Amino acid sequence: MTDETDPNVVEAVREHPFFHGFDPEFVHAICRQAVERHFAAEDLLAKEGSVAEVFYVVLEGKVALEIGAADNPHLTVQTVGPGEVLGWSWLVPPHRWRFDARALKPTRATALHAEVLRRTLAGHPAWGYQFLVRFMPVLAERLENTRIQLLDIHAR
Amino acid sequence: MLAETDPGASGAPHPLAPVPYSVRAVATETPDTTTLVLEPVGSRRIGRPTPGQFVMLYAFGVGESPIGVAGGNSDGQLVHTVRNVGKVTNALSHLTPGDTVGVRGPYGHGWPIAEATGRDLVIVAGGLGLPPLRPVIYQLFAHRESYGRVEIIYGARTPKDLVYYDEVQSWRRRNDLRLQVTVDAAGRDWYGDVGVVTTRLPDARFDAGRTTAFVCGPEIMMRLTAQALVGRGVAPDGVWISMERNMKCAVGFCGHCQFGPSFVCRDGPVLRYDRVAPLLRLREV
Amino acid sequence: MGEAKVGSRRVLTRDTFPELFRALVESGYEVVGPTVRDGAIVYDRLRSVEELPIGWTDRQEAGTYRLERRNDRALFGYNVGPFTWKKFLFPSRERLWTAVRKEGSFTVETEPTNGPPVAFFGLRACELAGLVVTDRVFAGGPVADPGYSGRRSRVFRIAVQCGQAGGTCFCVSMGTGPAVRGGADLVLTEILSPGPHRFLLEVGSEAGADVVDRLPGPSVAAGSEERARAEEIVEATANSMGRRMETHGIRELLRDNLEHPRWEIVAARCLSCTNCTMVCPTCFCSAQEEVPELDGEKVERWRRWDSCFNLAFTELHGASVRKSGLSRYRQWMTHKLGTWHDQFGTSGCVGCGRCITWCPVGIDLTEEVAAIRASPGAIAPKAGGKT
Repeated sequence: MTDETDPNVVEAVREHPFFHGFDPEFVHAICRQAVERHFAAEDLLAKEGSVAEVFYVVLEGKVALEIGAADNPHLTVQTVGPGEVLGWSWLVPPHRWRFDARALKPTRATALHAEVLRRTLAGHPAWGYQFLVRFMPVLAERLENTRIQLLDIHAR
Repeated sequence: MLAETDPGASGAPHPLAPVPYSVRAVATETPDTTTLVLEPVGSRRIGRPTPGQFVMLYAFGVGESPIGVAGGNSDGQLVHTVRNVGKVTNALSHLTPGDTVGVRGPYGHGWPIAEATGRDLVIVAGGLGLPPLRPVIYQLFAHRESYGRVEIIYGARTPKDLVYYDEVQSWRRRNDLRLQVTVDAAGRDWYGDVGVVTTRLPDARFDAGRTTAFVCGPEIMMRLTAQALVGRGVAPDGVWISMERNMKCAVGFCGHCQFGPSFVCRDGPVLRYDRVAPLLRLREV
Repeated sequence: MGEAKVGSRRVLTRDTFPELFRALVESGYEVVGPTVRDGAIVYDRLRSVEELPIGWTDRQEAGTYRLERRNDRALFGYNVGPFTWKKFLFPSRERLWTAVRKEGSFTVETEPTNGPPVAFFGLRACELAGLVVTDRVFAGGPVADPGYSGRRSRVFRIAVQCGQAGGTCFCVSMGTGPAVRGGADLVLTEILSPGPHRFLLEVGSEAGADVVDRLPGPSVAAGSEERARAEEIVEATANSMGRRMETHGIRELLRDNLEHPRWEIVAARCLSCTNCTMVCPTCFCSAQEEVPELDGEKVERWRRWDSCFNLAFTELHGASVRKSGLSRYRQWMTHKLGTWHDQFGTSGCVGCGRCITWCPVGIDLTEEVAAIRASPGAIAPKAGGKT
């Protein structure tokens, strides 16, 4: 593993709402090997079943999270946009994507390296805890939204 | 309190008797939703509704159902969007131009548009919550300078469940408001947002300290949206929701529509969130 | 003629009492009042004083009602039965209008609201209070019900001050009785002793004075003896209430205890039979139904009594809002004693005790209020009810 970090990437991540208030040293540490990726509309950011090697920090555009359903092979259950983050499969074993993520329009995202993230969080428990405290509400909100979707409130 | 003379002799119309209206036009919005344009048959007509009020629509031989007013004009025309969910709404959904329906009303308290003057306005509609908000949106267009920023969020189950589709797209072209449309689930033919309406609030631009919000949709959607708005700093007394309950008379004496101390027909349907929040948290009120 | 005034009093002996009935009939009133039928005292059309429940009394307890013979020939020696005067003003079934197809459209003909003047003969103080409550519901808001208002405007009220309290009575707690304080055209107090069987008659309105002026014979002003005796009788009744209910702050008490564990206890007993709402003098809920003729050319719109205990009462898009018995009992009681104040500026309860007597399992709302008052703020583990 190299210590290469792109200052532009560090700057973009530091400016992202999800990372507001984090220790600059921490941001710098997790940006090792991170790259900014550009996707055209229809491009896949993640493929269900494949190894989740990155954690996306969305900077621009819109990404659909798709699940294959019996009556619809590409059912979008959520869209993610600028200011949001995408993916937790990199943190949860077996580290494989649980859905497809597809750009709906030209999209720009920082791809943080999963292995770097895991090591940094594990090696510095205070940062790790801080990160999880920030990450949990995102998960909780998505879980709650999923529950509301499950209620299918418009069906009645 | 009581009339000394026979009230029936006064010639005043019976409050529970419908006035015949003719179906002028019918439009299919979605597979189970229909928009009706009604016109008075003769000289008799109901009073002009204010945005957010509702009427009782009567299908001959079937019965009555409370239906929000989605539009109308000074000639007595009324626009209603009806979802086919029961006996009466099924009959209403199968009307064709030239048919006659009964109308009585308008009833209840609508959206307090006057109180929103000079303030930012957030309008959140879920599913068939859009039709009762449509008159507010047009009133807003007519007096756009009276309001600050305007944010409209409209959510539905899937793209094919969106009503007034073309009309909503035309609002998008206006540069004096922001419109976000989201659905709970979509296929690959949808390039818009997917997620419940509350997921669009973080992107909404308004000054919470001077914002009035009108929210209409399924009860749980209104509750969660109101909570999210309050979470964003909107004062609970600046959030208004439109309640729905079983209704037979619409004038306060059948008892069916009670929601705690409120008769939804008479004190609502539009109620101030801070006044009903404790009851919304309870079940089976 | 023309000598009786509001506030004037007379004494009627048992022998001259039928003259009052005759004066009502001569004044053009159809007289309805208490009579014995099917083992109960009900309200129905009366043709003479002899049809009153003479010599009968009713023994009432939670879930119990029995007619018994008195050891005298009292005309009003009982309390209230399963019927209320409400049915004469707000019938259990009533046609509202008829629609007929005509030239591609339809016409709507509403029911006439005229009818004969009716004398309610023998209203109790709690029942007079009940009339005030239903007046507010049907005729006190922005929209008045034409049927109710029409019938109500033709009612003549002859009240009777109760000479005894029933086992489930609590009018004293509700501030509605047993003394009649206004709201009647004529007020009777039956005096059985000491002295001869007689009645103190007090004039409460101009219409009442007109009827009194039709009584034959010289006017006999009530002596101080009858007036004092009437006060004693009412006082004794007030002191023998079968039930009592603390009403102080009850609106807030119920509003703040919607998740109290007591609701589960009472819901476990409640059968949702609707009896309490059917016998209540103020319950006003109704449903409407469409009655089409077979040829589809004509349809009638009927209104009938409904109850908040019915599952379909709150049906919305195919599902009921109040599915559990708990939520339905809670709605009934919190409305009756609490939110009624918000809606109509009065309690919905007049303390007549009918809901206690006619509950098949003997649920007693005075007991329920006391239980909540004993532990306010308690929260049920399954708050809100099971579905």
